[in-house]
Amino acid sequence: MIAYIVRRLLLATLTVGVISALSFVIIKLPPGDYVTSYIAEMEAGGGTVSQAEADALRHQLGLDQPLYVQYGKWMGRLLRGDFGVSLEYRRPVVDVIGDRLWTTITLSLTALCFTWVLALPLGIYSAVRQYSIGDYVCTFIGFIGVAVPGFLLALVLLYASFVLFNAKVGGLFSPAYLDAPWSAGRVWDLARHLPLPALILAISGIAQTMRIMRANLLDELRKPYVTTARAKGLSATRALLKYPVRVALNPFVSTVGYSLPYIVSGSIIVSIVLNLPTVGPLLVTALLAQDMFLAGAIILMLGVMTVVGTLASDLLLMWVDPRIRLEG
Amino acid sequence: MATVREWDGAAAGAEDRASVATQWQLMWWRFRRHRLALVSAGLIAGLYVVVLGADFVAYSDPLASNAQRSLIPPQPIHLFDRGAFRPFVYAVTGARDPNTFQRVYVQDRNTKRPIRLFARGFPYRLFGVIPFDRHLIGVAGADAEDALFVLGTDVQGRDLWSRLMYATRTSMTIGLVAVALSLCLGVVLGGLSGFYPGLVDTVIQRVIEIIRSIPTIPLWMGLAAAMPQTWSVTRVYFAITIIISFIGWTDLARVVRGRFLALRQEEFVTAAEVAGASVPRIIFRHMVPSFLSHIIAATTLALPAMIISETSLSFLGLGLRPPALSWGVLLQNAQNIESVALSPWLMSPAAFVILAVLAFNFLGDGLRDAADPYG
Repeated sequence: MIAYIVRRLLLATLTVGVISALSFVIIKLPPGDYVTSYIAEMEAGGGTVSQAEADALRHQLGLDQPLYVQYGKWMGRLLRGDFGVSLEYRRPVVDVIGDRLWTTITLSLTALCFTWVLALPLGIYSAVRQYSIGDYVCTFIGFIGVAVPGFLLALVLLYASFVLFNAKVGGLFSPAYLDAPWSAGRVWDLARHLPLPALILAISGIAQTMRIMRANLLDELRKPYVTTARAKGLSATRALLKYPVRVALNPFVSTVGYSLPYIVSGSIIVSIVLNLPTVGPLLVTALLAQDMFLAGAIILMLGVMTVVGTLASDLLLMWVDPRIRLEG
Repeated sequence: MATVREWDGAAAGAEDRASVATQWQLMWWRFRRHRLALVSAGLIAGLYVVVLGADFVAYSDPLASNAQRSLIPPQPIHLFDRGAFRPFVYAVTGARDPNTFQRVYVQDRNTKRPIRLFARGFPYRLFGVIPFDRHLIGVAGADAEDALFVLGTDVQGRDLWSRLMYATRTSMTIGLVAVALSLCLGVVLGGLSGFYPGLVDTVIQRVIEIIRSIPTIPLWMGLAAAMPQTWSVTRVYFAITIIISFIGWTDLARVVRGRFLALRQEEFVTAAEVAGASVPRIIFRHMVPSFLSHIIAATTLALPAMIISETSLSFLGLGLRPPALSWGVLLQNAQNIESVALSPWLMSPAAFVILAVLAFNFLGDGLRDAADPYG
């Protein structure tokens, strides 16, 4: 068990390392650096910057040092909470991101909860009532969830709600609460706006998980021990939930950890379509404007958040499922 | 007695047929039973015909813009003219609404434009070589650009159907190239991992785990955004392909590794090893043929993810850039509620994305069932 935790922790640390390196690469990839854009800005304003001045500035900012040294310094600043300055907004990155990180986390976690809470019962239902109307409905939703990317679903939803109800969906807050400080009313407002985008984000995960659950449970229900249990007088519910469902849950353990990265990825595009105040729209504008410190910071935060979430769900599963503890 | 013997004979005949059939024949028989997969195979074949002959199926120059034709709604095609089958469309005339300043279009009921097959239109090179100017359809008496709007036009007055045909070419091939790349990565790394248990396997498995636990879209967005603005359309195309192929390889590698591990235990592999066959010979001569069908199925199932990735990146403006055409680029026009509500036909590329992705999923399902015809 301890070995398992240690292995998980090591892997998570390694993953965070890889993500930070990739974020740094993304910051450094576009041609030119801060000084080049500074010079361009000065020249646009009519001023000039000599080569010597530029070199001095580069030296001062440490941009003339080898990449790995710059990476180390960048990491050092990150650990002290300094994410650099957004070139576009001329404010510290942390200020620009602000609340948006928390809305992203809330949205992703809600979607993850939906995946769990809806997929398992639906999967069990469609296995137990195989070929019933409900099963066909689930199968249909399953195919939609697999085939339609979230952002298209969001687009269709926008259009449908506009045509049918003449209402604008989108956003996470009513206009009255948009810039209001946090209060009970604002939280309630958020809670009312949250389910729809979260469901859109969750639907592909729900579809996949539901299909796996259905297939596993069908395999399990055909086994003789289920008949034996029924013959010995166990009630139908008990004979279903006590053994077959638990066995059918097994393959989930290895796949559920991957649904969070998936949801976080999807949230970016869905947020843009539905105009949600998450880091998604910010990331796209930052990337389009080549505001790399902001973009790199967002990518890093999203990555770390995902790794932490996955780690937490792994540990939770270990606590729930004794087999992992024994294998570890 | 006679009936019994006949019945015996028929059963023996069927059994003979199955026992002498080749592996591929068995698979084909199994595949045929999956109706949805067959239909999907037809649909995908159709889409690839469009890929080959996009310029032929398009009837307007996809880049010919004209503000006079901005946002024309899809035009109804009338099939019967005075009782006879003679498809035609009415001419469309536009004017600006003096109150809303929007262009409104009315059908001119007095001017009928018959639709012609193999009509002359904008010049192009068939299959990239033969100079040609015939198109599948066109109208008599006017340029197709000014008269035929099967799916309507976009803001700049470019015909959506024709643009969609060209976009299909890009989106359907980008998935293929990307999947081929990730297949190479997946087979080599998955194969290594399955063939050398121990350190190599552990390292590759950990790398896969790390990649899978990173939210991919932000990362690939970052990489895509770092492409210089000055790059040509072709370079961007290949850069995007490479970027999205890094998404798909981990799944393929897992499939290949699983197959390798299962086959390592088989007697014929041990036999080949004992007979002194070299490692490459064992892999490529004995093992690969026996899981080729599984790889084909897994590849088909990986394609939709590639198509969706490209569409998402281009939709955000970080993938292919205009004047390049792809489904995602076309969907950029449908990004906000205002345009979607006023001109819903701009969403039609979404139908193509959904159809293609569904078809690949069904086809992959059918292939996966067929890959193991003994089950």
